Amino acid sequence: MTARPLGPHVLDLDLTAEVDRICTWMVDAVANTLHRRGVIIAMSGGVDSSVCAALAVRAFGTAKVYGILLPERDSSHKSADRGAMVGDHLGITYELQDIAPTLAAIGCYQQRDEAIRRVFPAYGDGWKCKLAIAGGAKGGINYFKIVVQSPDGTIDEKRLGLKEYLQIVAATNHKQRIRKTVEYYHADRLNYAVIGTPNRLEYDQGFFVKNGDGAADIKPIAHLYKTQVYALAHHLKLPDEVANATPTTDTYSLAQGQDEFYFALPYNQMDLALWAHNHGLPAGDVAAGLGISVDHARFIYSDIESKRRTTHYLHARPVLVEPVTEVCG
Amino acid sequence: MTDYKTPLRKFIQDNFQMGSGAAAFSDADSFMTRRIIDSTGFLELVMFLEETWAVTVADDEMVPENLDSLEALQGYLTRKRGA
Repeated sequence: MTARPLGPHVLDLDLTAEVDRICTWMVDAVANTLHRRGVIIAMSGGVDSSVCAALAVRAFGTAKVYGILLPERDSSHKSADRGAMVGDHLGITYELQDIAPTLAAIGCYQQRDEAIRRVFPAYGDGWKCKLAIAGGAKGGINYFKIVVQSPDGTIDEKRLGLKEYLQIVAATNHKQRIRKTVEYYHADRLNYAVIGTPNRLEYDQGFFVKNGDGAADIKPIAHLYKTQVYALAHHLKLPDEVANATPTTDTYSLAQGQDEFYFALPYNQMDLALWAHNHGLPAGDVAAGLGISVDHARFIYSDIESKRRTTHYLHARPVLVEPVTEVCG
Repeated sequence: MTDYKTPLRKFIQDNFQMGSGAAAFSDADSFMTRRIIDSTGFLELVMFLEETWAVTVADDEMVPENLDSLEALQGYLTRKRGA
């Protein structure tokens, strides 16, 4: 008998059982491990945070889930609209706080733009930008390009040198960190726990900001591939605009897919490649399953490992000279 | 032939290993496999090459075959700058 080739079926879940499992775990973690009285969820309008919010409502009821919408200058107005739609759909209390003034005050936009102008001196008001990853999916070494659009619509791009790359990322990371600061304000105010919303692709490949969106008290979907999160969105009957939304970074002013920014493949293919890698399948199986060359599949495997190495630091807890076993085991 | 490996080894030891007593690496060892340099580190390495030897590393030259060991770097710089 021949085994079925690699395909979406490997990610099939018993969705009802999975929802029950996650919700039982959430209540136990928040009540018995963290000793908080409810949960904070920042809602971006994307599928991950929306699914987390829906799971939280199932677990705790609407009265113990507090939603926050945190738009800024570069995020799409559709994000806040969709976040509000999810809040209304779920029947939870939520509030909107525009973090653009805070980001401006801390220098986020100015520091980012100053670095971009070292690459494109004309960059300024009316221009848009985004970062795009290159190299790894073609067997090379990963690097980032800055893509800019001038007010007349002309697109240009250049590879970023070390200093410019680091400054743009450092400045932009203010966005995730300020959001988290606001989330923890409400968590402290209400004695609630903060939900982190990474899916497995993001968690495994380090697609988060340390002490920004990477900071949380519970991460209910970090074990689930993005494909499975979409399946849960449909199962939980979230609005179609959310359950069918294309994943974006919503961080730069030019429209940007997550695959363009960070991942080597669109999420549904990346899920399968990561699953195959985690289950020890040879690159040839990925090539056959995704309809790509064996060399390309090998590059994807190599890129997965490269990103794990590069982002190991993001997962690392503070390093101690020796364990303090009385408090951290 | 110009010796690039000696100054590169010193740069890697000073910049990435920082006198930490990390295991020695051979001329043929892969920086990635040995976890000596990650992708951000390669940007630092490229900046060092460009500033030290006045070369411009093209996008399509950002590949392990050119950058991922002292031997690869020796070959790449020799081709790039002439022996």
